[in-house]
Amino acid sequence: MSQGLGLDKLDQRGAATEATEPPGATPAPSGSRKPGGDVRETLYFALRNPKVVIGSVVVLAFLLLGLLGPLFLKFAPMDYAGPPMAPPSADFPFGTTTFGQDVFAQFVAGLRSTFLVGLLGGGVAAVIGMAIGFVAGYRGGLIDELLNMLTNVVLVIPGFVVLIIINAYLGVRSVPMQALYIGVFSWPWVARAVRAQTLSLRSRDFIDLARLSGVGVGTILRREVAPNMYSYLFMTFVLLFGGSILTAASLDFIGLGPTNAMSLGLMMNQAVQWSALHLGLWWWFIPPGLGITLIVGSLYIMNVGLDEVFNPKLREM
Amino acid sequence: MLTIEALDKVYKTGTFGTSDLHAVRQVSLDVQRGEVVSLIGESGSGKSTIGKMVLHLLDSTGGSITFDGRDVTKLGFRARRDYYRKVQGVFQDPFSSFNPIFKVDRTFETLRRSYFPRVSGAAWREKLEEALGAVSLEPGDILGKFPHQLSGGQLQRLLIARALLLDIELLVADEIISMLDASTRIDVLNLLGELKGRGLGILFVTHDLSLGNYVSDRVVILYKGRVVERGATAAVFDDPLHPYTRDLLASVPHLDRTWEEVEAEESQRSARLAGRCLYHEALAAQGRSLGDEASVGSASGPADDVGLVEHAPGHFVGCFRKAADEECPAGM
Ligand SMILES: Nc1ncnc2c1ncn2[C@@H]1O[C@H](COP(=O)(O)OP(=O)(O)OP(=O)(O)O)[C@@H](O)[C@H]1O
Ligand SMILES: [Mg+2]
Repeated sequence: MSQGLGLDKLDQRGAATEATEPPGATPAPSGSRKPGGDVRETLYFALRNPKVVIGSVVVLAFLLLGLLGPLFLKFAPMDYAGPPMAPPSADFPFGTTTFGQDVFAQFVAGLRSTFLVGLLGGGVAAVIGMAIGFVAGYRGGLIDELLNMLTNVVLVIPGFVVLIIINAYLGVRSVPMQALYIGVFSWPWVARAVRAQTLSLRSRDFIDLARLSGVGVGTILRREVAPNMYSYLFMTFVLLFGGSILTAASLDFIGLGPTNAMSLGLMMNQAVQWSALHLGLWWWFIPPGLGITLIVGSLYIMNVGLDEVFNPKLREM
Repeated sequence: MLTIEALDKVYKTGTFGTSDLHAVRQVSLDVQRGEVVSLIGESGSGKSTIGKMVLHLLDSTGGSITFDGRDVTKLGFRARRDYYRKVQGVFQDPFSSFNPIFKVDRTFETLRRSYFPRVSGAAWREKLEEALGAVSLEPGDILGKFPHQLSGGQLQRLLIARALLLDIELLVADEIISMLDASTRIDVLNLLGELKGRGLGILFVTHDLSLGNYVSDRVVILYKGRVVERGATAAVFDDPLHPYTRDLLASVPHLDRTWEEVEAEESQRSARLAGRCLYHEALAAQGRSLGDEASVGSASGPADDVGLVEHAPGHFVGCFRKAADEECPAGM
């Protein structure tokens, strides 16, 4: 499931570029063809790669905790549930805050919005960036120049400042909205990197051979160009995922985060705000910090492993 | 069948696309059904560029390419699909012709999905094995392998097999023999001969003169993007006129004659043609017979005149200068 996390995005991207394909270019699916032979093989190698397995297990564990955790909680994240500043105990596995709130309940809720921000923000940025990068790199010419201009304009806009203004002015207070705005401002470097890679792949003869097979632009991008970049696209997504989480945390820090939800960033920042560091309340800031680190770190390790899975040359060594 | 007229290609090079590289200049040639035409020239002379323009993979800068009377330089997606049913190519670099992360089978699968969606698995398999057999490949050794597990020659023959899966009328073969050893080379050449017998036209791109001599009915000699000489293979090889062609042929070993004989013949020819330019001589003669208004080369000036004159029936030769920007040796 954790692998689906990245690959779903790729599929979405495929669907996005499909729109540029002339009608009728998609080959009719034939019943007799055995579908996804390559996918099955990739999965086979993925499941035998320790990096991929360990990375996905950790991410999956956090995801499950975030999804299923609330079912077993006795307290809501903001409830004044117990004694203030209590260290971890049987009742409160992660202790309590200065106000006696259950840190574990906050952590579980924070995981949810953290995953949501990461997935949604990273997803939006990945889809926009990849679509623009693929089309600009493959088509070249005037289209490339126009898209490049757009990319550079968004690149020089101080995204964080704009986000502050948007959040403050429009008063956006929900996690998905925050994620969407973050995504809309963090795609330019993806577009640039994907464009550069597409540009170098475009001149390879197998692209020309696909064209000689009467295949349309969308299909070529999806079936020939993108697969060469899967691990790269996945890494891109990892970085976007982490970036969105951190941006969201920063926004939370200056009081522009969601008011109706809890996030790991918000937790850390409340901990700092209420001097948890000086008071020695380590259980207040270590879980969210460690959570973010573990999630992003595991995604990175998975990415290294996936590089080996996708690249048959590395696989044999 | 295929007619190229005054084809031009200018590449924009330099950081800001400021400088131009004139890779193909005013190239005219034609390929008929059941005929092999060799495009011979040294590295960088623009052979692959011409091939890719014929295959509609590169836009031409000027001139026309017609296939069965139809202009193919500006085809829409649909028309291009139909064009590729009849015209296929094999590229020079077999290693870059396969997507490195997929098994080689996928190249055939792409073709099938695109052109044969309704052919059953078994029928396709049979067709595929037949095509592989034609290029002397054992399907069992090849299918299911990644490109890096196969040799350049095997990949090259796979590409030929791929082109054979379609019922094509014209094949653009870019250095398709370059990676084959002697025995497979003969197999592939024989295959080309057989296809030719069935009416396939082949534009055979090569830098290897003896190969060009062996397979082709007609040859086109290309130098720095310009056609310097073209004609029936026998005519060009027995009586090379252009200095570049003569240089080229002088370096090729002949099986039927000794080195001395070849040397002697060539020095004789050089002496006869030294300081002359058959192209401008012919133009001048034409101009005299037609009167002064028709005096030739005047409009554009000799420096960018890259035309050809018919020296003997079917044997064309261009101005005797080598590079397009040099002076004509006869000073005309
Ligand atoms: N994409 C490109 N951009 C700029 N210049 C190019 C490009 N492709 C080819 N050229 C230039 O055009 C000229 C002709 O190249 P081409 O590949 O057609 O040569 P060739 O005759 O096929 O040579 P070879 O025998 O080495 O394959 C060369 O000078 C080359 O540097
Ligand atoms: Mg070439």
